[in-house]
Amino acid sequence: MILIEGLSKSYGTKNVLDRLDLSVDAGEIRAIVGPSGAGKSTLAQCVTLLERPTSGSVFVNGVDLTALGAAHLREARRRIGTIFQRDGLFARRTAAANVALPLEYLGVTRPEIRTRVGELLERVGLGDRAGAFPHELSGGQRQRVGIARALALRPSVLLSDEATSGLDPDSTASILALLRELRDDLGLSILFITHEMDAVVEVADSVAALHDGRIAESGTVVELLRDPSSPLGSLLRPTRPYLSPRAGDEAWQVSYRSGAVEPDWLLRLGTRLGEPISLLGAAVETVGGEPVGRAVIGIPAPAVEDLRAALDELGLDGAPASAVLRDAIVLEKVA
Amino acid sequence: MSAVLPHQQVLVPLDQLAPLVLPALGDTLIMVGITMAIVVVVGVPLGALVHNLGPSGLFPHRTAHTTLSWIVSVGRSLPFLVLMAAIIPFTRLITGTNIGIPAAIVPMSIAGIAFFTRIVENSLRGVPPEYARVALASGASPVQVIRTAQLSEAIPSLVGGLTINTIAMIEYSAIAGTIGAGGIGYVAVTYGYQRFDHVVMITTIVVLIATVALIQWAGDAAVRRLTPTARRAGRAGRAVPRQPVDVAV
Ligand SMILES: Nc1ncnc2c1ncn2[C@@H]1O[C@H](COP(=O)(O)OP(=O)(O)O)[C@@H](O)[C@H]1O
Ligand SMILES: [Mg+2]
Repeated sequence: MILIEGLSKSYGTKNVLDRLDLSVDAGEIRAIVGPSGAGKSTLAQCVTLLERPTSGSVFVNGVDLTALGAAHLREARRRIGTIFQRDGLFARRTAAANVALPLEYLGVTRPEIRTRVGELLERVGLGDRAGAFPHELSGGQRQRVGIARALALRPSVLLSDEATSGLDPDSTASILALLRELRDDLGLSILFITHEMDAVVEVADSVAALHDGRIAESGTVVELLRDPSSPLGSLLRPTRPYLSPRAGDEAWQVSYRSGAVEPDWLLRLGTRLGEPISLLGAAVETVGGEPVGRAVIGIPAPAVEDLRAALDELGLDGAPASAVLRDAIVLEKVA
Repeated sequence: MSAVLPHQQVLVPLDQLAPLVLPALGDTLIMVGITMAIVVVVGVPLGALVHNLGPSGLFPHRTAHTTLSWIVSVGRSLPFLVLMAAIIPFTRLITGTNIGIPAAIVPMSIAGIAFFTRIVENSLRGVPPEYARVALASGASPVQVIRTAQLSEAIPSLVGGLTINTIAMIEYSAIAGTIGAGGIGYVAVTYGYQRFDHVVMITTIVVLIATVALIQWAGDAAVRRLTPTARRAGRAGRAVPRQPVDVAV
């Protein structure tokens, strides 16, 4: 697990990270999001101390890395697997030789390296590409080799900085599935840095938004998606343009407050209010096995009075859509 | 072969040409070979040191970097003839003589080391800096980083530089030849230039061109062999298309 306390990092007078607190529990996939230049990569580099924090502590498995000397730091880094943005494969080494790097550094014997590298490539589905050079592999395959290398020393913590950025959708999906699988099988703590919200919803248990060098908002993905007032929730699943309500109808945005919402809530709502409800836009899905949904519905004006109570009974939150959208626009600048 | 020229002296008979030129070529190759061995042994670590003392290196140190860089620049900027003359006391201190092959190897090594240090530095600058970060994050020591993430990844470029450097050393050996180090340059100057023996002159020119061409060819072939993209593409008959460039932040 990772525990970051009061982490600050400045370059000259520029404070990139400002007394940041963050934790990733054992077996948790925690995403960090933020716009370009927010300091996400700086944060990743501070966790492995490739960049030395200006102040603050970084605990990995209970050991404060900032307190370690060079030799102990090298050992501690071996407990952290890092997946790099542009895969970071050495161009003159084959896939197998790239995966072997951390083992070579550790001084593992050649036969042992061969066995372990074989296992690792098998693990990421590239058992038959051991002899391929990076330029002979697709972007997704290269990233898999990068993941195999990160796993070489059986780390308990995985650090991924924009691992899927720039990959096509299929490769992205398969890399994300692999990360979840690894977490489930090996109980890894994964710090997953990205600027792609879809990837967060796909893979992460919890997410934190980095803004102005601090965590602006944080929570589990499901909670954030269920909280209509959460700017981060709105960023994860932005409201798509929806249909115009009929004349005399009002547009309302509703969201699932919990997993207990019945799938036929729209029908139930119409019956309860005795008015026809129109569906103007909706996204309903399961995230980490939990139902999550947002919808924009058209309500005939006379029914609005009873609406809140009716939604509440169905386990839904609601607010006039115009107000929600206005808030989202203001908050987008924040998150 | 009976041209009447002023200051004419005895010309080398044709059957004496090979016994004259071949041992001289041997001397040149020995001089250049020993020099290049010294150049690589000293120049590689020195170049790696200069690179890593620089702003993008493993242990940036402004003063040390500037000082070392300056010393290397001085070595690079002196014309070889001047350098050779200037360090005669040093040469004599090391070899006990200031003529012959050993005496030539000292200034040639110094000039060659300065040359190669720059080549190494330049080659290392061409290696993606993220390799060093990858290595460090994978638990590498500084020496391991330099070996695997810098030098090893720069090998094609280093070998290319080594080829250029070796050819430059052949030129330097000819200059050193004039202070009595022997070698093909010495033959060219004493027979071809001072005695107006055109046959010797032309023979040495042909031998020199052939030697340089051979070194260049061998160097180019080695670079191709050592570059995975070039090698595989050649064998498969076409280059494997690269993935689209990363658009991420
Ligand atoms: N080595 C450095 N020196 C100076 N400024 C840096 C350095 N590394 C990053 N920065 C600055 O820190 C900020 C955050 O960068 P980065 O962590 O790469 O952001 P992100 O990964 O979120 O896009 C940027 O404004 C960048 O210019
Ligand atoms: Mg980044």
